[in-house]
Amino acid sequence: MIQLAFYIFSALALAGALAVLLTRNVLYAAFFLLLTLLGVAGLFVLASADFLAIAQIMIYVGGVLVLVIFGIMLTHKAEVPANTNSQQPNRVASLNRSGARSGLFWGILLAGSLCTALFSLLIRANFALLNQPVGWQSTINTIGKQLMTEYVVPFEIAGILLLASLVGATYLAASHRKPFRHATR
Amino acid sequence: MQPVDSHLFLFVGAALFSIGLAVVVVKRHAIVVLMGIELMLNAVNINLVAFSQYDPDRLQGQMLALFVMVVAAAESAVALAIVLQVYRHFRTAQLDELNELKQ
Repeated sequence: MIQLAFYIFSALALAGALAVLLTRNVLYAAFFLLLTLLGVAGLFVLASADFLAIAQIMIYVGGVLVLVIFGIMLTHKAEVPANTNSQQPNRVASLNRSGARSGLFWGILLAGSLCTALFSLLIRANFALLNQPVGWQSTINTIGKQLMTEYVVPFEIAGILLLASLVGATYLAASHRKPFRHATR
Repeated sequence: MQPVDSHLFLFVGAALFSIGLAVVVVKRHAIVVLMGIELMLNAVNINLVAFSQYDPDRLQGQMLALFVMVVAAAESAVALAIVLQVYRHFRTAQLDELNELKQ
């Protein structure tokens, strides 16, 4: 049963990632990324990381993915209406490298060789740690204690980083027009 | 409750990382490249969590995965702001068409 759930979640994650790679539509890529993130959250539950699964859903699906979809909507280039058929779906095309297929070829070659190397390494590797028995227990208690004792400095630095990125992203995304430009004309 | 064989997590993480790398290299839209980076970070998180379940007392892997998530969220916010500004300047978000440095 657990095995079946594991295979379902990993198939969900990998199929979503492959669809992100293969689709030409940026909006569809965002929705397939949602599938991948949910699959990864399920894998976290199966690896006895319940808190991280909830954090994954809240941070990625609730925050990052909404931000990505906002970005797609705001950078949508209204194309010249060569085909004014209103039955056409709203396409935000992600073009591959125009002209030769060299970018596609090198990308697939690089990723395929990395995948082959990692898989052969993992097949031959023998981790002594992974043969030990593992118990399933809730991790929320331990994570709370760790965040307040051993990891309190990274915790505070993460807070400062989030504040800095909040201010920086707001400043960067703001349009830098002078506010009284029209009034002084 | 029989847990899953942990080697399988490593295989899934390796495949997800490779797909994310392919997305980063192949795709030409800036936001899709960001999605590829998110995929790679997720693959790393899977590896960290898979090893962390053998360390239930300190949970170092899960703590690192948590901080990776925080940094990924901050990174995507700043990167999307930059993409937005680039789009305002060049009227496109395709990375191949951004080929001039001056105004």
